Amino acid sequence: MEFIDFLLEDFFVTGQPLIYGAMVSIVLVSIAIVFVLSYFKKWGWLWREWLTTVDHKKIGIMYIIAALAMLFRGGVDALLMRTQLTLPGMEFLDSQHYNEIFTTHGTIMIIFMAMPFLIGLMNYIVPLQIGARDVAFPFLNALSFWSFAFGAMIFNLSFVIGGSPDAGWTSYTPMAGATLNPGPAQNYYLIGLQVSGIGTLATGINFIVTILKMRAPGMKMMRLPIFTWSTFITSIIIVFAFPILTVALALMTIDRIFGSHFFTLTGEGMPMMWANLFWLWGHPEVYIVILPAFGIFSEIISTFARKQLFGYKAMVYSMVVIAGLSFVVWVHHFFTMGAGGAVNSFFSITTMLIAVPTGVKIFNWLGTMYKGRIRFDTPMLWSLAFIPCFVIGGVTGVMLAMAAADYQYHNTYFLVAHFHYVLIAGTVFGCFAGLTYWYPKMFGHKMNEKLGKISFWFFVIGFNVCFFPMYFLGFAGMPRRTYTIEPEWMALNVTASIGAILMAIGFAVFVYNIYYSFRYSQRETHGDTWDGRALEWATTTPVPFYNFATVPKIEGPEAYWRMKENGRTTYEKEKVEPIHMPSDSGVPFVMMAFMFIASFGLIWEWIGIAIAGLIGVLACMVIRSFDYDDGFYVSVEEIKQTEKKAREGEQ
Amino acid sequence: MKNIYLRVKLWAALPALSLLLLVSGCGELTVLDPKGPVGESQKDLIIFSIILMLIIVAVVFIAFTYMIVKYRDRPGRDEKDYDPDHHGNTTLEIVWTVIPLIIVTALSIPTVITIYELEEAPEASSDKEPLVVYATTADWKWFFSYPEENIETVNYLHIPTDRAIEFRLSSADSMASLWIPALGGQKYNMAGMENTLYLQADEEGTYEGRNSNYNGSGFAEHTFEVHAENEEDFESWVEKVKNTAPELTQEEYDSLLAPGLEEELEFSSTHLDYVDHGTNEGRDYLIERHKDAFEEPLHLKGGRGAGDE
Amino acid sequence: MSAHTDISTGPLEYRTQEGRMNILGFWIFLGAEVVLFSTLFATYAVLFGRTADAPVPADLFEMPMVLIMTFLLLTSSFTCGIAIHHMRRGSLKGLFVWLGITLALGLGFLGFEIYEFVHYAHEGASLPSSAFWSAFFVLTGTHGLHVLLGISWAVLILIQLRQRGLTPVTSRKVFIVGLYWHFLDVIWIFIFTSVYLIGMVV
Repeated sequence: MEFIDFLLEDFFVTGQPLIYGAMVSIVLVSIAIVFVLSYFKKWGWLWREWLTTVDHKKIGIMYIIAALAMLFRGGVDALLMRTQLTLPGMEFLDSQHYNEIFTTHGTIMIIFMAMPFLIGLMNYIVPLQIGARDVAFPFLNALSFWSFAFGAMIFNLSFVIGGSPDAGWTSYTPMAGATLNPGPAQNYYLIGLQVSGIGTLATGINFIVTILKMRAPGMKMMRLPIFTWSTFITSIIIVFAFPILTVALALMTIDRIFGSHFFTLTGEGMPMMWANLFWLWGHPEVYIVILPAFGIFSEIISTFARKQLFGYKAMVYSMVVIAGLSFVVWVHHFFTMGAGGAVNSFFSITTMLIAVPTGVKIFNWLGTMYKGRIRFDTPMLWSLAFIPCFVIGGVTGVMLAMAAADYQYHNTYFLVAHFHYVLIAGTVFGCFAGLTYWYPKMFGHKMNEKLGKISFWFFVIGFNVCFFPMYFLGFAGMPRRTYTIEPEWMALNVTASIGAILMAIGFAVFVYNIYYSFRYSQRETHGDTWDGRALEWATTTPVPFYNFATVPKIEGPEAYWRMKENGRTTYEKEKVEPIHMPSDSGVPFVMMAFMFIASFGLIWEWIGIAIAGLIGVLACMVIRSFDYDDGFYVSVEEIKQTEKKAREGEQ
Repeated sequence: MKNIYLRVKLWAALPALSLLLLVSGCGELTVLDPKGPVGESQKDLIIFSIILMLIIVAVVFIAFTYMIVKYRDRPGRDEKDYDPDHHGNTTLEIVWTVIPLIIVTALSIPTVITIYELEEAPEASSDKEPLVVYATTADWKWFFSYPEENIETVNYLHIPTDRAIEFRLSSADSMASLWIPALGGQKYNMAGMENTLYLQADEEGTYEGRNSNYNGSGFAEHTFEVHAENEEDFESWVEKVKNTAPELTQEEYDSLLAPGLEEELEFSSTHLDYVDHGTNEGRDYLIERHKDAFEEPLHLKGGRGAGDE
Repeated sequence: MSAHTDISTGPLEYRTQEGRMNILGFWIFLGAEVVLFSTLFATYAVLFGRTADAPVPADLFEMPMVLIMTFLLLTSSFTCGIAIHHMRRGSLKGLFVWLGITLALGLGFLGFEIYEFVHYAHEGASLPSSAFWSAFFVLTGTHGLHVLLGISWAVLILIQLRQRGLTPVTSRKVFIVGLYWHFLDVIWIFIFTSVYLIGMVV
């Protein structure tokens, strides 16, 4: 009986019609998936082709699918919030429920949507751009993906089992500590982020080594495509920023579960130390999700303006400067802490300085279009819309950087408007641009242009209608994270909600476009869909699992552009040699499944289960250590056959 | 090519739209209509930055429009206009590095000056000693202690006009942020430490004050009203509270600290007699007493209009 | 992945492209570990002196024991270097002997650390005692956990050496675990100075 009581009162989230609905739909969708997989006898296929794969291309695709699912979840959260905030006196969500929703919205969008989406694109594209056959550590790459996937699952589980975290994605202590926030909800946040963070760190290491060590012969660093450069710099930021998050999360976990006093009010802990550690990671994190998007825009603008990138070197150096500055601005997230004039002045100025390299990039993009011949395909539309929107987000960022004025902006909708202007216009537009741009390379057909444009206009107009009014709501004194609005803020909030609906329509059309294009789009006959410039377009479409039959010698920047001028391909029959490829492995999946169990135990403070899960993880590590599988060779014959088939359409 | 014109119109419409919003909502943009010298100096800084930023936005938008209109791919375009090998211009790149640097400098100077200015009591009332008010928060209510007058209020505040108020900010539990947008910017209230915030009202009136820093399920109602009145009215209000309000016993104070909402109250003594949460000794005072009171969050519905929970 | 970049001279562990990439990857991982420990050191520094009602470190820290621990770990780093030297010479036996000594010294260090923690707990200083002690136990405990992990990892590699002898793969693994071991030694030097020496003086 006690057990049943526990299930109904603490374990399952009860009492919310919305959540019952979600539970039912989760159960139905799960049954449907199991049924479809069983009916079509696809379990073996799923395991062999996807769950055990170490192919960077498949892992990239899995990242992107998961990110789209998370974008949907985060977007539904956003719509629920906008509904509640449309009118004063709304009783759609109560304060506690609203708090849970904005917490999961923020956390999911940053950690489980933006980063995996970009990492997915990096995974697919970077090895292709540098002429490599996979990343440096394919096994580790699979491990990264499954740690993200299981981390996301842990986090998402919270809203049906145990309750969602409600302390905001920043989870400031002491509010998020064990006394003021008892129960498993906050543990879900801590452990979910911890598990996926491990994978992100591994991804960072993986890409640094890949880019340093696996470039095609002749591809010097200053000949790298700019997206690869952005990945390289992002990876460096990851390696230096993520351990800080790891420590911060671990310390709060130890505080909550084992009673230490890092961030508590008792025992002379220091609650504000959390804010410092969090933003020491958190601000570089912002650049982790924006720099790859910059790289994507650079690739696309250059391709569709049919010109070389303007100021390549300046583009690279500006990213390096941004990466450096990103570690010395974190205090601007809490100017109002009362650190004094000198500290606030210093961090005001360093923050404003970021505008300089960012400005250089904006002007270089404009310079790329100068004397170009611009086509307006959907990827280019996203990239073009990015420029003005991001400039608005950027200049308001400079305004926020002015500490004295920030005392008035802090914690208001002005801030909310600012970071959505940079994160949506930067990261989300970048993800959509990158996905539509590389879509034919990934799936062998373009996304439908007409639907693409419809979705683009709905989303971009909706975005501006939704978030531009929020700047004024900030001036009107509306604090962020409030679950209810005052009557005088109504007009602007109604406008914002209309914008949110337009964005939702845009996203729905985007997803429908994936289905529609799968059904009806013309299949690509050759690898170079957009008259591209970097090496990924030199491969056939779809890309063979070994990527390049022969790795070309690179003679300058814009490798593929030169190859086309010289009539060269990545398949030089006489040079074909057997290709060494890594073997698939189920260990990453199983290991992270054990990690999932361990996490669940830790979240509920059932230490026995946690230890059992950890033993499983360690056992997987031992198995891996004794695994001397050296991969396999693809025979010349097989390569020749594959290439012949893939290149049929090109003649 | 319809798209381009649509786009041009859209971006041309944005500034117009924002202007419209600005005009229609001007009376409500509290931050841009401050009622005291602190908010005034912040508003000046904000307006200055908005003007500079609008210039930047205009330059980028014009250049952007020019590029996508002039260099779009269209039939019959002049071939001389297309230069695929054009890949940089060092002079230009230096120019657009240096100009932003100058703009950043132009913004930094007034910013730093204002930052230091706000650390002191406003000069406008330097002839008078600032009125000291201890503003303490506990989930989700405000305690205002007037040590010189020896009175304390809960969830509302009376201040004299034309005299600086020196807030001593601290918290008994979660971090909060005292913000009265009509008077000026905010600062954090944290347990175990004390922040000083100077504000001043020049106009009489009632202003909204709130905690702007999210701190849990009662956050939206963690607000207070500020009554700014002339020196005489203020003095007589103080007298009235002293004579009519009960004393604040430690027992009563301890029970007020329990998490929850509270109505407006006043007392003829202050809680500073028992504890100052802004000191290291006072940092866990509330936790010691209400350790298990945070199990159940509030489920507020419908805001203040919908009747109190 | 490509075999054509393999070379046949130089240290065994550097001869394959895979070996070189693994070693570079591990160096970068150590960079991340440096950040991790820096964060823990910073946390410790911030919480230094915040002992609340618990005993202060100067009353508990004992120089002789810490010196022995330091001696054990420093020596183990040296013997680990000798082990790598024997590996380079191609002497499997020498590698076994010296790696074995290294691990024994590491175990000795761990034994002392566990004794130390238990001793402090008896004196009223444990993880939940105060912010300072939380930071102390997490910092030194994280290091200790790393040592434990390093020992277990090295044991696995010893088994593999026995099974397979010295190959580019096994020698790479030995080399990497050696890097890890030296790294832990460096971290300990910082713990010794900034935790124990300063803790005893202040």
